[in-house]
Amino acid sequence: MSRSPNRRALLVGASATAAAAMLGGCDRLGNAEWFRRTLKTGEDANMFVQRLLLGEATLAPEYAEADISPWFKPNGTEDPPDRDYKALAKAKFAKYHLVVDGLVEAPFKLSLGELRKLPARTQITRHDCVEGWSAIGKWTGVPLTDLLSRAKLKPEARYVVFHCADTMDQGNSLEGGGDGEGTDEVPAGNANPSMTKQSGSGESRKDSGGQQASEDTAASGGSPVRYYESIDLVDAFHPQTILAYDMNGQALPISNGAPLRLRVERNLGYKQAKYVMRIEVVESFANLGDGKGGYWEDQGYAWYAGI
Amino acid sequence: MARTYLTRSAPETGEVERRRWMFRHPLVIRVTHWVNAICLLVLLMSGLQIFNAHPALYWGKVSTFDAPLMAMTQTEDDPPKGMTTVFGHGFDTTGWLGSSVGSDGEAADRGFPAWTTLPSNQDLTGGRSWHFFFAWAFVLNGIAYLLYGLVSGQLRFRVIPSRDQIRHFGASIWEHLTLRFPQGDEAKRYNVIQKLTYLIVLFVLLPVQVLAGLAMSPAMNAAFPFLLTLFDGRQSARTVHFVVASLLVLFVVVHVALVLLSGFRNNMRGMLTGWFVIERKVEPAVPAGEPRA
Repeated sequence: MSRSPNRRALLVGASATAAAAMLGGCDRLGNAEWFRRTLKTGEDANMFVQRLLLGEATLAPEYAEADISPWFKPNGTEDPPDRDYKALAKAKFAKYHLVVDGLVEAPFKLSLGELRKLPARTQITRHDCVEGWSAIGKWTGVPLTDLLSRAKLKPEARYVVFHCADTMDQGNSLEGGGDGEGTDEVPAGNANPSMTKQSGSGESRKDSGGQQASEDTAASGGSPVRYYESIDLVDAFHPQTILAYDMNGQALPISNGAPLRLRVERNLGYKQAKYVMRIEVVESFANLGDGKGGYWEDQGYAWYAGI
Repeated sequence: MARTYLTRSAPETGEVERRRWMFRHPLVIRVTHWVNAICLLVLLMSGLQIFNAHPALYWGKVSTFDAPLMAMTQTEDDPPKGMTTVFGHGFDTTGWLGSSVGSDGEAADRGFPAWTTLPSNQDLTGGRSWHFFFAWAFVLNGIAYLLYGLVSGQLRFRVIPSRDQIRHFGASIWEHLTLRFPQGDEAKRYNVIQKLTYLIVLFVLLPVQVLAGLAMSPAMNAAFPFLLTLFDGRQSARTVHFVVASLLVLFVVVHVALVLLSGFRNNMRGMLTGWFVIERKVEPAVPAGEPRA
């Protein structure tokens, strides 16, 4: 019995040491490539199972006018720094053209006016940021199906890539993630640079400024890294997948992606590319960015964004 | 199967009368217990990492940013303070919630502190990878446990209170509160409070936790819209996920405390090798469970 206090102290000490070692060990494990790949099988399983559960035309829930959020939180880029974009915005996007090309039989260009004349779909849907918050907005735009049918996909087409106008500087995300900072007041529970990955040493990745993205992709490519995203043909031909030019019955504000943004419901916010300039149909995204299919995917986020 | 005890005599001849060995935990129970323990720990810590990406909770379909149920923030003061607001009441939680020092020694805007999250530095995508992998492990492990438990009869024996236990419910609570642990034949089965607790954890908290997690997935919302009805919206589901996680932490804390108090070595041996010592009823009460060397 007299050993008891000692044994207790030993136990407590051992537990604390074990806990500390475990934490450090987990961080080291998490940085090991083989382990990261193992963990990623969980996300692969998410996609596999969710695709089994979802029919091709299973719709995301749609909401009533009364459910629309009074303030649709803009996230990531809220005002693209690019000179070309600023010029377009200044002219109220009169000179804007959406390009549809890649693995298609008939590539084409459409102005914003022409896009607005095409048959449109309006939907009130919920936007879920990967950070955890949600907002409901009403979107009007052109179904992607119509644009892709018009362009006629080649047989080898597998993915649809959205090239955006905004250069990613300071590690900002485009949509659905990144700094919640901007001209708007940051709400309670400021989500700050939560999507920005920081290395274990505390060295921040968001260090370079200006037009260059902070990632090494910028250095290796030599050209500014702009936001991009990709979806597969299942999502591309989904009835709720639209290129929206109106939000809540008015022209899309710049902070929410003017003049055109993707709405690909059943997916998290980072898939909902803003400032879409070009739609490219590809067979694989090996030659895009770091080859993971999107700006955030290149930073480690799962390509499949259904959960 | 479930109700038969394998027993053997204690190795020390002098102890034969006082102690009986009971084979309490079959292999499947032991393995699933420890896998579950690891899963819950990783899910908690990676969950806090994910929570830290937006350390605020709401009720309903969407985030009411100016009126959260709960939020953790860092103030503009120098040095910055950590504030936690719950139902509109603010608390200074500097160093713990809202603002805490990370591995680099700098105070940072962070919901839960770095030592509680996985990975420890701010890394949402890392947290998500851990969370999803261990969520699958947890669910598969749980299914294995339930199937085995049902088929072997272990589950029923372990978690369904018998009629006499329900009759003596009040006395059980008193025994529990005074930390008098059952001996003799009573120690062979879980007591009524244990059974009800496991019942609630197994069939209420854990399933609700999984459903609330799934209700946060936009793809699952499309496949099963009732998930949103069930929780009154995605943001409520997120809040429920947080609250149930807290209740599970409470359960684990009490569970571990009782393991320590009711004979750490005997309990650990039981869950590692299956063999558990039943002390015969002796007066006056001796510390239960702990075999004296």
